[in-house]
Amino acid sequence: MNRRYELVYVVSPEATDDQVTELHTQVESIVQRLNGTLEKSENWGRRRLAYEIGRHKEGTYVLEVILGGGDLMKEIDRRLKVSDLIIRHLIVRVDEEEGVVERTRARRTETSRRRRVARGLPADRQPGEGQRGEPDDDRDDRFDIGAEDMR
Amino acid sequence: MNGSKRGSGGGRGKKTVAGAQGKDGQRRPMFRRRKVCKFCSDKIDDINYKDVKLLMPFVPERAKILPRRISGTCALHQRKLRTALMRARQLALIPYTAE
Repeated sequence: MNRRYELVYVVSPEATDDQVTELHTQVESIVQRLNGTLEKSENWGRRRLAYEIGRHKEGTYVLEVILGGGDLMKEIDRRLKVSDLIIRHLIVRVDEEEGVVERTRARRTETSRRRRVARGLPADRQPGEGQRGEPDDDRDDRFDIGAEDMR
Repeated sequence: MNGSKRGSGGGRGKKTVAGAQGKDGQRRPMFRRRKVCKFCSDKIDDINYKDVKLLMPFVPERAKILPRRISGTCALHQRKLRTALMRARQLALIPYTAE
C-alpha cells in the first residue's frame, strides 16, 4: 500500500539553517524507519506569512513528497505537532488527485488528436499554430483626428 | 435613445451581448463580456494550493473567495479552487481576512 503524500511545514523564523536541515533529517529518518520513501524535498526558503501565527510574520517553508502508508503519516503528523520550531504544517494525500489530472489530460490530448486527424491535420499541434494574431481593426488611433483633418 | 445608439455601434468587437438585446435593449443597453472559466479556457487541470500566483486573483482585497457569478469559473473548477484556497490559507500562503 503505497500512497503519495505531500507534506509542507513552516519552520519558525528564529530557527537557524542547521535546525531546518535537522528537522528535515528527522522527517527522513521517520520515513525510513516506517518503510516509506522520500521522493522529493524542496526548500522554498523564507517567505512572508499571509497572517501572523503566534507573533511570527515570516517562516521557512519546506515541502516533502513522501511515499508511504497512513501510519507513517500519522507518526509524522504527531511529531510535527509536538515540535516547537514548526509553526504550521499540512499533509495532503495527492496520488488520487494526480491520477485524475493525468486522466483528464490524456483524454484531452487524445480527443484533440482524433479531431485533428479527422480534419486532415497532423495529429500534433505545430509550433506557432492556433495563436491568433492581432486583429487589424484593433488600432486605437482609428478615431484620432490627424493633423491633416484639422486643416 | 442615446444609450441604444451607443449599443448598436460601440458594442462590436470582442464583447458579446449578455441576454437578448431585443427584450430589454431600450431600458438597459448593457454589454457584458461573456464570462469564461479561466481553468477551462487555459486548460489548467491541476489547481494546486502551492501555486499562489494562480490563486491570488481569486481572493480580492477582503481576502474572500471570489464567487462564481463574478469570476465565471465553472462549478467543477470552483470546487477545486475552493479546496486549493483553503489549503493555502492553512499554510498562511493566502490570508483568511484582510485587516
